[in-house]
Amino acid sequence: MNLVSNIPVLVIIIPLFSAILIPVFGRISRSFGWYISLFATFFSFIISISLLNTVLTTGKISYRLGGWEPPWGIEYLVDYLNGYVLVVVGLIAFIVTVFAKKSVEKEIDADKITPFYSVYMLFITGLMGIIITGDIFNLYVFIEIASLSSYALVAMGRKRAALMASYNYLILGTIAATFILLGIGYLYMVTGTLNMADLSRRLPALYNSKVVLTAFAFFTVGISLKLALFPLHIWMPNAYTFSPSVVSAIMASTATKYGAYILIRIMFSVFTLDFDIRVIPFNEILVFLSSVAIIAGSVIALAQTNLRRMLAYSSVGQIGYIVLGAAIANQLAMTGGLIHILNHALMKGTLFLVAGSILYMTGIEEISDLNGMGRKMPLTMAAFTIGALSMIGFPLTVGFVSKWYLALGALDAGMWPLVLVIIISSLLTAVYFGRIIERIYFRDSIGAGEDSNQIIGQSGQSEAPMSMVLPTLILAGLCIVFGIAAFFPVSIAAKAANMLLGGG
Amino acid sequence: MIEFILAKYNYWIYIVLMMIGFYAIIVKENLIKKIIGINIFQTAVFLFYISIAKVKGGTAPIIWEKAGPYDNPLPHVLILTGIVVSVSTTAVALALIIKIYKAYGSIEEDKILEMKEETVPLSIKGSKKNSEHLTSDSMLYTDE
Amino acid sequence: MEIIETAMPIYAIAVSLLAIIPIGLSGERNPNLRESWTITAAILKFIIIVSMIPIVLDGKVIEYSLITVLPGIDVKFRVDALSLVFAVTASFLWIVTSIFSIGYMRALKEHSQTRYFAFFAAAMAATIGVAFSANLFTLFLFYEAITICTFPLVAHNETPDAIKGARRYIIYLLGTSLAFQLFAIILTYNIAGTLEFANHGILAGKASDLMLIIIFILFIAGITKAALMPLHSWLPAAMVAPTPVSAFLHAVAVVNVGVFTVLKVLLYIFGTGLLYRLGISTVFIYFVSFTIIVASIIALRQDNLKRMLAYSTVSQLSYIILGASLLGRNGITGGIIHIAIHSFAKITLFFAAGAIYVANHKTMISELNGMGRKMPFTMTAFAIASLSIIGIPPLSGFLSKWYLMIGSIESGHAPILIVLVASTLLNASYFLPVVYAAFFKKLPSDEKSEIREAPAFMIIPIMVTAVGTLLLFFAPSLLLDLAGIVLGNLTGGY
Repeated sequence: MNLVSNIPVLVIIIPLFSAILIPVFGRISRSFGWYISLFATFFSFIISISLLNTVLTTGKISYRLGGWEPPWGIEYLVDYLNGYVLVVVGLIAFIVTVFAKKSVEKEIDADKITPFYSVYMLFITGLMGIIITGDIFNLYVFIEIASLSSYALVAMGRKRAALMASYNYLILGTIAATFILLGIGYLYMVTGTLNMADLSRRLPALYNSKVVLTAFAFFTVGISLKLALFPLHIWMPNAYTFSPSVVSAIMASTATKYGAYILIRIMFSVFTLDFDIRVIPFNEILVFLSSVAIIAGSVIALAQTNLRRMLAYSSVGQIGYIVLGAAIANQLAMTGGLIHILNHALMKGTLFLVAGSILYMTGIEEISDLNGMGRKMPLTMAAFTIGALSMIGFPLTVGFVSKWYLALGALDAGMWPLVLVIIISSLLTAVYFGRIIERIYFRDSIGAGEDSNQIIGQSGQSEAPMSMVLPTLILAGLCIVFGIAAFFPVSIAAKAANMLLGGG
Repeated sequence: MIEFILAKYNYWIYIVLMMIGFYAIIVKENLIKKIIGINIFQTAVFLFYISIAKVKGGTAPIIWEKAGPYDNPLPHVLILTGIVVSVSTTAVALALIIKIYKAYGSIEEDKILEMKEETVPLSIKGSKKNSEHLTSDSMLYTDE
Repeated sequence: MEIIETAMPIYAIAVSLLAIIPIGLSGERNPNLRESWTITAAILKFIIIVSMIPIVLDGKVIEYSLITVLPGIDVKFRVDALSLVFAVTASFLWIVTSIFSIGYMRALKEHSQTRYFAFFAAAMAATIGVAFSANLFTLFLFYEAITICTFPLVAHNETPDAIKGARRYIIYLLGTSLAFQLFAIILTYNIAGTLEFANHGILAGKASDLMLIIIFILFIAGITKAALMPLHSWLPAAMVAPTPVSAFLHAVAVVNVGVFTVLKVLLYIFGTGLLYRLGISTVFIYFVSFTIIVASIIALRQDNLKRMLAYSTVSQLSYIILGASLLGRNGITGGIIHIAIHSFAKITLFFAAGAIYVANHKTMISELNGMGRKMPFTMTAFAIASLSIIGIPPLSGFLSKWYLMIGSIESGHAPILIVLVASTLLNASYFLPVVYAAFFKKLPSDEKSEIREAPAFMIIPIMVTAVGTLLLFFAPSLLLDLAGIVLGNLTGGY
C-alpha cells in the first residue's frame, strides 16, 4: 500500500492527527496550534483537489478502509458530487484558518487557544469524513464528530450567551443525529446493509414498504434540523451570532453545506429520484418549504440589528436556494443548487470574515455602529461590498450564476412562481445589504458611532492586519472570479447533477 | 389489537421511552433534566437497534463447535459506537452546564432567559497579556 | 453585413476604467494632475469611438467577444450604427461635462472630489458598455453597473436630503431592474434560448402572444431609467445631486441608457414585425404619449429650475420611445436622432442651471428676472437650448420633431400629431417665460446689473454644447446616415 493509493483517507487522517498533535505541541508553544492547523487544512485542500481531479479524469474512486470489501467494510467513495463538495470545504477551511490566527488571539483566552485549534481540527475531520464516506453509519459517526466539536467551538464565544446558544444547539443537534440514527436503523432492518451504494441497489424493490417510508421521514427531519431548513433553523442564528468570528465563518460557509450535501446524498443517491417523486410528493413539500425559507430568511434578516445575526438569517434563506435546486430536481435547477454550495460558501465566508475583521479592529457588532466604516477599513469594506453585491445576484458575481440556473430550472419545470420567489428574495437582500453599504460609505461616524471612535482612538484608517485582510480579499476575489469564469465550477456541478438525476 | 401490540412489544417500548425522553427535553426547564431526557431519548434508539438484532432462539454470536443460530452482532457493534457518542454528548453538555452555572448562577432555562445579556467589550478583555491573568471563568462573565 | 473582430470597443470602455487608477492615486493632493487624467481619458475615449464611425458607415459591424460566463451567456460587444449614435453623443458630452465639473467643483470647493471623478469615470465606462453590448446579459450587466456607480455621485452631498434622494434613486433603478428586467431576461432566455440582439428580434414565433405581452410589460417596467410614467419619480428625486451630475444623468448616461435599452429591446429583441403583429405598439404609443403630456404639465408648475428640467427630460425621453414604437421609417429615425439632439440641448440647460447657481446662487425660476444682463453668455445658451427643445428651426430640436410628425402620419397614428403639437405648446409655455424673464424683466432692485459670469471652465462647455445644437440642424448628415444604416438593417431581408 503506497501513499498515493491511500489518498482518500488522508483527507481525514491529516486533520485527525493534527487534532491529537496540537495539544502535544501546544505544551511547547501556543503558536504551534495555528501552524499545525494551517498545515493540515492546506494539505487537506490540496488532496481534495487531487481527488476531484482524479474523479474528473478517471471516474469514481472507491477506497476500502482497512482493505475490507464493501459492502462489509467501510467504503470511502468519491464521485463528482462529494469530490466537488470536498474541494469547497477544503478551500474554505484553509482560507478561514489563515484568517484565524489574529482573530483567535483576540477573541479566545490565551490558555484556550491550543484546545481551540484541536477541536477546530476535529471539526474539519468531521466535515471531511461526512463528505467522503460511503457508509451510512460511518456518516452518522462523522456527523456526531463534527457536531460535538462545533458545540464546543460555539461555546468559546466571548459572551455568556454563547453558552446557551451552544447548549440549545447541542440539544437540537443531538435530536437531529438521533433521528438520523433511527433512520439508519430502519434501513438496516429491511436491507441488511449499511453501504450507500449497496442500499441504493436494494431499496428500489422495497419502495412501497412502510419501513422505508418511516426511515425516509426520520432522515428528512434529522437532516433538515442539521441543515437549519426553515422552520427548523432556530438553533442557528444564536449559534452564529455568539460564537467566535472564525467559528461563525467556518460554520456558515461549510457546516450548513454538509447538511445540504447529506440531504442531496440521501435523497438522490441512497434513495432515487423515482422514490422522491413517485412514492411520496416529497419534492413538492421541499419546494414549498425552501420557498418559505428563502422569503422568511430574507424578511427576518431585514429586521436584525446585529450584523452576524443578520448574516445568519440570510443563510437561512440561502440554504433555501440549495434545497430548492435539489427539490425542483431537473438538470438546470440541480446544477443551480449544487453550484450554490460553492457560491454561498464564498459569499458568506467573505461576509463573516468581514464581520470578524470589524470585531477584531473595533469591537463593533451592531449594524447601527458601522457608520463611516468605509473610510476606516477600505479594503475590508470593499470585500464586504463585493460579497453583498454577490448576495444580491449582481451579474458577473457568483450569486448571479446560482440564481440564473435556479430560475431557468424553475421555468423548465413550469414552476414560474419560484422565479418570483427568487426575485423577491433578491430585492429583500438588496434592501438589507443596501442599508449597510449606505451606512459604511455615506454616513460619518461622528454622532451615532461615537463609541466606535473611542475604541479605535482615531478616526483615520485602521485596516485589519494583513493576515486577516488577505484571506477576506481572496474569498471576495473568488466571488468575482467564479462569477466571470463560471463555466468551470458549473461544468463540475452539472456533471454531479447529471449523475444524481440518474444520467450515469 | 392486543396481539398486534404484544407481537411488536419491543417497538412499543422504544417508542414510549423515546417520547418520555422527548417530553423531558421539551418541557423541563432544568438544563440537567433536559440532558437526562436526551439520554433516555438516545437509549430508546439503542434499545431499538439491539432488539432488531435478536434472532428467535439465537445465542450470543460466538463461534464454537456447538454454534446454532446466533443474534446479528452488527447492530450491537454499531450501538457500542452509539453509546460512545452518547457519553461524549453528555460530557460536553455537562461541561457546558457547569459553565452556564458559573456565568448565570442558575441552570433553570426560564430564569436564564429572563436575564439581560451583558456586554463584554473586546477592549476590556484586552490583549493576550491581560487575559493571562484572567484565570477564573467568573472574571470573564462579569455580572451587571 | 460584414463583421470585423477587433477589441476597439474594449479599449473604449477600458480607457475610462483605467483612468480611475491614476485619478485615485493623484487624489486630493494633486487636483490638477487628477483632472488632467480625467480629460485625457475623456478625449481618448472620444477619439477611439469616433475612429469606429467610418467602419460602421461602410456598412460593417464591429464585434468582440470578451468572455463566456456560461454557455449562451457571454460578455460580448457589438458596435453598430445605433450604438454609435449613443456612444458618440455620450463620449463627446463626457468631455464637456468633465470640463464643466472641474469648474463647478472647484468654484464651490466641494468635498471628496477624487471619489467624484473616479465614479464619474466608472459610470462612463459602464455607459459605453451599454452602448456597445451585443446581448441582453452584457447590457444588463452595465445597466446595473451604471446604477451602482452613479449612486455615490447622486449622494455626493451626503446630507440627509441627498441620501434620501439617492436612496429613492437606487431603490427605483435597482429594484425594478432586479424585479422586472431580470425576470424578463430570464423568460427571454428560456423562450428564445439566446440573448443576442438580432435585426428581426429573437422572440418571434417562440411563445404565445400572452407570454410575449407579459415579457414586453416586464421589460418596460424594468427599464426604469427611461423614466416612463408612473416610474419616473426617481429622476426629480435625483436632483439633489450636484448639477454636473444632473447633467450627466440627464444627457450623457443614465436616462439615455434607459431609452437606448428600450430601443434595443423594441427593435432587436421583439423586432418591429412582431410588435406590429402583436398590436401592442399601438397601446404603447398612447401610453408613452400620456407621459409626454403629463410630464410637461408637471414641468409647467415647477419653480425650481432643475426640477423643471427634470420633468422636461421625462417628457422628452418619451419622444424617443414614441418614435421607435411608431415602427415606421421616419418615426424610428426621429427617435434615434432625438437621442443626440435632446442630449445636446438638455446638457446645455443643466450647465446653465449649474452656472447660475455657482455664479449667483440662484435655483428658483422666480429669481431669474434680469439674469440675462448678469450672465449674458449663459442665458443666451439657455435660450438657444430651450428653443431647440421647443422645436423651432433653425435648431436641431425641430428636426426630430419633424421626423416624428411625419412618422406618426406614415404609421397611421394621426392623433399623435395632436400630442406632439400640444407638447410643443407646453414646452414653449414653460421655457419661454424663463427666457423672457431673464432678458426682458428688470433685475430686483437690490442687485447691481454688473456681469457676474461663472468661471471659464463652465462657460466654454456651455457655449460648445449650445453651438452643438445649432450644428446638428445644419449638419445632421452623420446622424441621419447612422439612422439610415439602422433602418437598412432592420428592413433588410424582408
